[in-house]
Amino acid sequence: MFVACDLAIASTIHVGGKYPIRKIQEAISMAKPNDSILVEKGVYKEGNLLIDKKVYMIGIGKPILDGQKKYEVVSIKADSVVFDGFTVEHSGIATLDDPGGIKVYNGRGVIVQNNTLEDNFFGIYIQYGKNCIVRNNHVRAYGVEEQQIGNGIHCWKSDSMQIIGNTISGHRDGIYFEFVTNSVIWRNISTKNIRYGLHFMFSNNDSYITNVLKNNGAGVAVMFSKKVSMLNNFFEDNWGDAAYGILLKEISDGYIIGNHFSRNTAALYLEGASRLVVQKNTFEGNGWAMKVQASCMDNTFEDNNFIHNTFDASTNGSLVLNTFNHNYWDKYEGYDLNKDGIGDIPFHPLSLFSVLVEKNPPTMLLFRSFMVTLLDKSERMLPSLTPDNFKDPQPRMHPLKL
Amino acid sequence: MFKITKIVLLDILKSKFVLFYTLLLFVMSWSVFNLEDNYAKGILSLLNLILLTIPLVSIMFSTSYLYNSSEFVELLLGQPLKRSRIWISFYAGLSLALTLAFLVGTGIPVLIYAFSTVGIMMIVIGVLITIVFISLAMLCSILTRDKAKGIGLSIVLWLFFALLFDGIVLFLLFQLSDYPIEKMMIGVSALNPIDLSRILILLHLDQSALMGYSGAIFKDFFGTTSGMIVSLSALCAWAIAPFLISLKRFNKKDL
Repeated sequence: MFVACDLAIASTIHVGGKYPIRKIQEAISMAKPNDSILVEKGVYKEGNLLIDKKVYMIGIGKPILDGQKKYEVVSIKADSVVFDGFTVEHSGIATLDDPGGIKVYNGRGVIVQNNTLEDNFFGIYIQYGKNCIVRNNHVRAYGVEEQQIGNGIHCWKSDSMQIIGNTISGHRDGIYFEFVTNSVIWRNISTKNIRYGLHFMFSNNDSYITNVLKNNGAGVAVMFSKKVSMLNNFFEDNWGDAAYGILLKEISDGYIIGNHFSRNTAALYLEGASRLVVQKNTFEGNGWAMKVQASCMDNTFEDNNFIHNTFDASTNGSLVLNTFNHNYWDKYEGYDLNKDGIGDIPFHPLSLFSVLVEKNPPTMLLFRSFMVTLLDKSERMLPSLTPDNFKDPQPRMHPLKL
Repeated sequence: MFKITKIVLLDILKSKFVLFYTLLLFVMSWSVFNLEDNYAKGILSLLNLILLTIPLVSIMFSTSYLYNSSEFVELLLGQPLKRSRIWISFYAGLSLALTLAFLVGTGIPVLIYAFSTVGIMMIVIGVLITIVFISLAMLCSILTRDKAKGIGLSIVLWLFFALLFDGIVLFLLFQLSDYPIEKMMIGVSALNPIDLSRILILLHLDQSALMGYSGAIFKDFFGTTSGMIVSLSALCAWAIAPFLISLKRFNKKDL
């Protein structure tokens, strides 16, 4: 009965050149909860636009909201606001209050979708959000230095967020999660960001699925989080002196399944990671496929393909508390007498040189020298310096079809 | 002078060995570029092959050629010719012949498949390495009269530069690992023409990102124009110095 009443009194307000109301802020102050505000095509320079009641903001033909490099462009301070189809550009830059193109304060069920964000300090910034949806937005900035630019989609102290189908480039971190729980990041494309494509801190029970994370300054970092699932993502071309496909630090109980790691300096870096399941991933053409530090334990690496990597693995100690099984290694030179597809002798993925380099980085001076190749070959046959339990007892003879 | 160079050059080119060497290089380069899917990888694989075979062939072939033509040298010494001219002509003839073999064998595939700065640098370095090891061969052959000893010495030199030197570097790196030795290692690497060439090429490929912090220091030096000039001149010094010593000895030697 109440719902029906609500709907009955909801009205539509038009904003634009040919309507009596020319300012969006004016329309918002006139509106009652549940009203729709349709904004016609045009350029609106209204400073900060404050949405403080539950309204449906619909842009027709992508109207432009310009922050003139001074203001936070859109501030949403109400629940269940829908913000759809705008172009938001040129927000102010300030490191104290972090102005965003679109910033959501304490919102529940806010939906931000189909917007284009250009050249903002932060793109979409959500703090204390719950059940919010950020969908199909194009977020682009032209940052040069880390300090001069914020993150593309930034969520802080939020819960049950859905970040779906966004394209982000040129920000500091493409997508940034801090204290965000029970959320999903699905089908986003995050490229050419200055630091990380995706960055998790203290965020538990999240999943990111089928995202493309390409060409970011330092790849992807997931730190201090529990129960994060990383499924079917593409980590590509994160190439540079300190770039990683994924950098995992203090992570536990996560799943890394079905991802593709191609052409990264170090595809998977694990430090203090425990109880992870790394399964059915493809590691191709990376400098290091895995850097598993000795501080990691109880991780399982199963059914992965390792193809054309300069080093398949490296570690910094002699302690190995992880298991490797049924992976395909293109460097495996064993045989399979009973033809069951599983090699009869174990494979040692650690090359002597990768261990030496980990102990003493300047040794890289001898990278690709003849002597190193010779040492590696002899070490493979008779492991003496590398930990002998860092091995795959049942390597596959043929790559898995992934 | 040019006449002797020409005689030496034609004599070498006529021998089946150089033809075989050219063919070997050609097949190697061709197959490497066909096997690898991008040219940077091809260059990388080729680099290892080149830094192994070229020094070996250059030093061995030149040493044995010089011993084999000792009678011809003696004959020439009977003519009214300056001693240094004869020796320089041999150096020039050998260098020209083997450089030609390298340019045809590896230069052409590199230019076809990897026409880039790195490709061109690879060719320049290949030529320099060839000449460096010919110059070392001239020194070997003048140090001793005995052919077996001379060839033995040349093999030892090759082994030293291709393998043992890296072992010593590795040993040093671990002994001195508590000190900031990256900059010193740049100097040490200049003591081995093979290492110098390898690092020069590697730092111009993407692969240098794998070299991390120390790579960044090497890149700071080798990646700059001045670093390039310094290291290329170090290679040139390697090509000239052993030859000059051998020339001095040749001038005084009682043959």
